[in-house]
Amino acid sequence: MLSRTAENLFWIARYIERAETMARLLEVGARIALMPSAGHGYRSEWESLLQASGTSEGFAAKYGDPVQRNIESYLFFDRDNPSSVISCIARARENARIVRTAMTSQVWDALNMAYQEIRQLERKPRSELELTELTEWVNRQAALVRGTMDATLLRNDGYSFLNLGFALERADNTARLIDVKYYVLLPSVDFVGSGLDNYQWQTLLRAFSATRAFHWAYGGEVTAAKIAHFLILNRQSPRSLISATNAAMEHLDELSHNYHKSGPAQMRARAMLGELAETRTEDIFEEGLHEFLTRFIREVGELTEMVHNAYLSGEAR
Amino acid sequence: MTNYFNEMYDAGKVREPYARLEGWTKDMPAELRQMKQAEAEALFRRIGITFAVYGEGGDPDRLIPFDMFPRVFTQLEWRRLERGIKQRARALNAFLLDVYGRGEIVRAGKIPAKLVYQNEAFERAVTGFTPPRGIYSHIVGIDLVRTGPDDFYVLEDNCRTPSGVSYMLENREIMMRMFPQIFRENRIEPVDGYADALRRTLASVAPAKCDREPTIAILTPGHFNSAYYEHSFLADLMGVELVEGADLFVEGGFVWMRTTEGPKKLDVIYRRIDDAFLDPLCFRPDSMLGVPGLMDVYRSGGVSICSAPGAGVADDKAVYTFVPEMVRFYLGEEPILQNVPTWQCAKADECKYVLENLGDLVVKEVHGSGGYGMLVGPKSTKEQIETFRAKITEDPDNYIAQPTLALSTTPTFVEEGIAPRHVDLRPYCLVGEKIELVPGGLTRVALTEGSLVVNSSQGGGVKDTWVLAE
Repeated sequence: MLSRTAENLFWIARYIERAETMARLLEVGARIALMPSAGHGYRSEWESLLQASGTSEGFAAKYGDPVQRNIESYLFFDRDNPSSVISCIARARENARIVRTAMTSQVWDALNMAYQEIRQLERKPRSELELTELTEWVNRQAALVRGTMDATLLRNDGYSFLNLGFALERADNTARLIDVKYYVLLPSVDFVGSGLDNYQWQTLLRAFSATRAFHWAYGGEVTAAKIAHFLILNRQSPRSLISATNAAMEHLDELSHNYHKSGPAQMRARAMLGELAETRTEDIFEEGLHEFLTRFIREVGELTEMVHNAYLSGEAR
Repeated sequence: MTNYFNEMYDAGKVREPYARLEGWTKDMPAELRQMKQAEAEALFRRIGITFAVYGEGGDPDRLIPFDMFPRVFTQLEWRRLERGIKQRARALNAFLLDVYGRGEIVRAGKIPAKLVYQNEAFERAVTGFTPPRGIYSHIVGIDLVRTGPDDFYVLEDNCRTPSGVSYMLENREIMMRMFPQIFRENRIEPVDGYADALRRTLASVAPAKCDREPTIAILTPGHFNSAYYEHSFLADLMGVELVEGADLFVEGGFVWMRTTEGPKKLDVIYRRIDDAFLDPLCFRPDSMLGVPGLMDVYRSGGVSICSAPGAGVADDKAVYTFVPEMVRFYLGEEPILQNVPTWQCAKADECKYVLENLGDLVVKEVHGSGGYGMLVGPKSTKEQIETFRAKITEDPDNYIAQPTLALSTTPTFVEEGIAPRHVDLRPYCLVGEKIELVPGGLTRVALTEGSLVVNSSQGGGVKDTWVLAE
């Protein structure tokens, strides 16, 4: 397929995954803000959330102080924010419009409807919109898009590029979401293991819609170690770093199988998966959660670059 | 008051092609009609068939208004049109082959040399090169208007990249979805063979160096172009790639597509960009849309370009006047379709007549399109007329004038119910190994009462166009 088409497909998936992450981030923020925060005030929490989403500078330039209502607007409806939900959905839809010929009408319908609906939501007065409704709406749209892809798309190379987009974006986003925890806690390491600490970890689980799944997988008391294991190293957890890395590797393998050609991207994905498979929770906390996540995010970035060079840049020979 | 030909009612009686439609509208309550109209709009929006108007700002996802009342031709009416259109398409292609070759028609004094060789659309770069099968214009869109039961006039020819065929196909699709009943009651010739016919046509003009099933692609300026939907729609229906200039490169005398598996050779390009943008090395050096080196490959028979570069010289509004002469000269036949009488402002005496009668005439720019830069005398204010008088005086070569034609009307759904509105017709003729014409076309309708301008950029709408089977 055309390299540009592959690139468009790759980005449709990335934008949808990113929109969903933004919605989940907002939910984490809103929950954490409801907690008595031991002296930091609500500001630091929202700020850490902006940090984690990589939108802190853009927000400060436009609004100044992090006030919840403004943050909600910025992360959800602001077209000046390239990572806002509306920007992501608009771009996913625009990418889809460009490659209409590479997908089924069901997938297009799902993407187009999401865009038409968010434009309706945009026009409503903000006072009529509950944050939870909004985040649930995003999750539902993302599920619809994924569902139509799963149910209707041809399992060809285009399908692999879409799924590669989902997997790489998810690997990156999950790491960033967990990192919110780091930013929130950063000011005082003393809180580790305190009631507040656990509450924050549980909020994270909630944001992944994974509370019940977690209990199924572990049972007993909720601890930081268990949750970190669940979100990073557990292959059963669909959003864990290892699951996302595994998905990326599978779709890369599928591509090399289709094209009868393997390259550095495949090798790198295999190496990353191998490392994760051997990592224990203690290793992560020893390295430092934030350090571990930062390294992981960088490696995902490098892998993405390799995918770009091999397939999407049009320089392949 | 001018007497307009109403295609449905003639002296109070329903004309034959519309016989079965009278009952259909009578039985339709206003609420149902509104519901259906809303449904149609939702369907168009869902498939994403929208139209962006250049430079007008506003909603980039504007819909062209769709009128549910079909426009109908009998088989007999259509056959005559079909013969006329095919005849014209043959003559136009013969003309192009001639003027890029020996120029017999100019030597014979049938058309002024200046008009051809100094025409902006004449491409010196392709003189002496003969494209596969000698065909230059593979998709000919001929705009027709009707003034009476048997009176059709050609308003203009489109030999480069006529657009709108996606509306012909989608209008039918949506009508069949919404009103299956009337398709059971009327026997209507299908139009959905168009995409296959187009692919066959393109494949039939593969270049000499192509020794296998040709790879075809549509070359689009990109997704910001107002016709992008159509480009992707056609690529999809034909099962070919939709490429932009940046997806292509030239190497070793061929054109290649950049794919995820490496370069793939391209044989036939159905381009939807203008000549000037095709190749920055040959035409406009600032073009970001084209492919450097493309013209060299084309001239050495490594790739076919449809329509061929240079085809535009045949659909120039000044050359238009000579098309009936082309039919006689190349085919030895009498033209079946008439031209609208046209005054060339470039000629002093004709220009004088035009300036004296501006209030009754339609004035057009020679190279204009889309209903821009146009004066409809009887519908214009004094100021508008005076503005045009100044423009024509300043640059007479740039203008032609035609009488204000009494365009036929067809019943159209309007706010108050059903009312006659003026229409035109654009059928799409395919020229390859065979000359083909699907039974139908795009009917454009001027939705404003009394308006004669049907262009979508000027508030025109579209209708499904039926040809009844025998």
